[in-house]
Amino acid sequence: MANVQFENLFKNYGEVKAVEDFNLKIADGEFIVLVGPSGCGKSTTLRMIAGLEDITAGNIYIDDSLINKVHPKDRDIAMVFQNYALYPHLSVKDNISFGLRAQKLPKMEVENRVLEASETLGLQGLLSRRPGELSGGQKQRVAMGRAIVRNPKVFLFDEPLSNLDAKLRHKMRAEMKKLHKQVGTTTIYVTHDQIEAMTLADRIVIMKDGVIEQVGTPNEVYKKPNNIFVASFIGTPAMNFFEGKVKSCSKSLTTITLKDQKDIKLSSNIYEKDQDIIFGIRPEDISVNLDKKSKMKDSIELDAEISVIEPMGHETVVICDSNYGELTGKVESSHTLKENMKVKLIIKEEKIYQFDKISEKNLLL
Amino acid sequence: MKKNDQIIERLEHLNPSKILTWTLLFIGSIVMVTPIIFMVSTSFKTGQEVYTLSLFPKSPTFENYIFILKESKFLIWLLNSLWVASFSTASVLFFDSLVGYTLAKFKFRGREIVFVAILSTLMIPTEMLIIPWYMMSREFGWIDTYWGIAFPGLMTGFGTFLMRQFFLTLPDELIEAARIDGWSEFAIWWKIAMPLVIPALSALAIFHFLGNWTAFLWPLIIVNDPDMYTIPVGLASFNGEFQMDWEIVMTASCLATIPTLFVFIFLQKYIIKGIMLAGLKG
Repeated sequence: MANVQFENLFKNYGEVKAVEDFNLKIADGEFIVLVGPSGCGKSTTLRMIAGLEDITAGNIYIDDSLINKVHPKDRDIAMVFQNYALYPHLSVKDNISFGLRAQKLPKMEVENRVLEASETLGLQGLLSRRPGELSGGQKQRVAMGRAIVRNPKVFLFDEPLSNLDAKLRHKMRAEMKKLHKQVGTTTIYVTHDQIEAMTLADRIVIMKDGVIEQVGTPNEVYKKPNNIFVASFIGTPAMNFFEGKVKSCSKSLTTITLKDQKDIKLSSNIYEKDQDIIFGIRPEDISVNLDKKSKMKDSIELDAEISVIEPMGHETVVICDSNYGELTGKVESSHTLKENMKVKLIIKEEKIYQFDKISEKNLLL
Repeated sequence: MKKNDQIIERLEHLNPSKILTWTLLFIGSIVMVTPIIFMVSTSFKTGQEVYTLSLFPKSPTFENYIFILKESKFLIWLLNSLWVASFSTASVLFFDSLVGYTLAKFKFRGREIVFVAILSTLMIPTEMLIIPWYMMSREFGWIDTYWGIAFPGLMTGFGTFLMRQFFLTLPDELIEAARIDGWSEFAIWWKIAMPLVIPALSALAIFHFLGNWTAFLWPLIIVNDPDMYTIPVGLASFNGEFQMDWEIVMTASCLATIPTLFVFIFLQKYIIKGIMLAGLKG
């Protein structure tokens, strides 16, 4: 087990900047998830820790020792690849023990550790099979077995669940969390799936274009996104956004004109006159109301028309057209909503996120 | 009636392109197989009968075989050929795949130049190289040695190219996984990369072994001592000043074919079977 530290890490491919000024301290035993859209540099970062990619500038430390120039085999890390990278010509047992044999451990110890790992992952019956004879989930488990059997300082996972179907992915996610609790090894996990990030991570690192946008616990990045990108990336369905411009502001009341010239009044006083604002609202914070007269305190009302209804079972996603763009709400499935209905979307002021249009920063932080 | 129906049904399945294909294949197979049939048939003929075109000898005889195996140096040549071809094939499999792997999986400055340089050797005909090879061999004292016969074929541009192309299809993750698992680059090549290109290795082994087995010009030049002849050179030595004992040549040829048949039968299953890259993806 070990802590990992990044210091002003850069990676360029010719002109392209894959990772820019990456700084992060990962505590011993922490489960860190790097998340972001494809091409954001998360896998490159992971590969730099593994030593599979050269570092353009900056430093990486594992357990406070600099590893920039250390060969992958001497970094004491284990990595699980997106496509598992199991050796096709070797049995499951040989796949798992391959790394141990490189360390020239005594035969008995190799045997014991392979058995132990295969018990942890429920692979006992599969040890003599070849990877070609395994299902996707089993391959995934063998790949994990190959990692845990070495008892490394750090686990690296590169989108390990992305080749599995939804149900299996959910199952393996839970198993992964259990496994981390059990072995407690520092883990760095790369994914583009924000649900995986939210459910697995102690802390999430959200990246975009090679730059860290925010680091925080799942709750923090969900409730207090630094900027529009983080707000839109975390949460499903994604956060709704609509624009407004500050018309006037006093100490306790701000009037903001929306796109359709409608004025709304907010009690906050963080604005400057004529500032362009982007509002954000989570779908679950929108209540869809049919009753036209209900005016709630400290909330704003927007007129909209339902365009699509997506029943999810326990809840229903309602996509509405409005003068402010498409707005998505989440309601209980008992609602008797129908497509083309005219509705009022009621949003509590305290639930509204407010971003500066130019800097895209969260104004409430 | 039923039989007629079947025939009609079969004829309906025939289309002009199929008929053309089969005809061409049939002609091709006749062209290929006839000389071999005559070779086998001639090996059982007597000297007088050689120039008749009969497919079956009138009085089949094993005398040619007895002569070849007892009176001539055929067995020595066979061993020479076996030794040179095996050694050279082993060398090609080792070095060509090592270089091919390096060119496919390592990034280094000048990689493309090295690759093009190796490819360009394919364009130089053997006949042009024979004089420099000979001069080298004379300087180094390689005339009448196994090494002298084998050295030009110990590494080939073709094999390097073939192996590089196969190694290119090997997923990088396998190599990276092995690197993280703690193996040296050489061990990764040997333990991971090589087993996965066995089909290519088998194909290369067959090509190279056969090419070496039938090589004539270079062995003829580098070898003077009849005890060092390879089979093709030995066969040519049956060519007398005034006459050619075809039945003897054909008998020796028949015997010379047998080892190549075994090589092919032994290796072709690996080409067909291959190894699925099934360790990847779900």
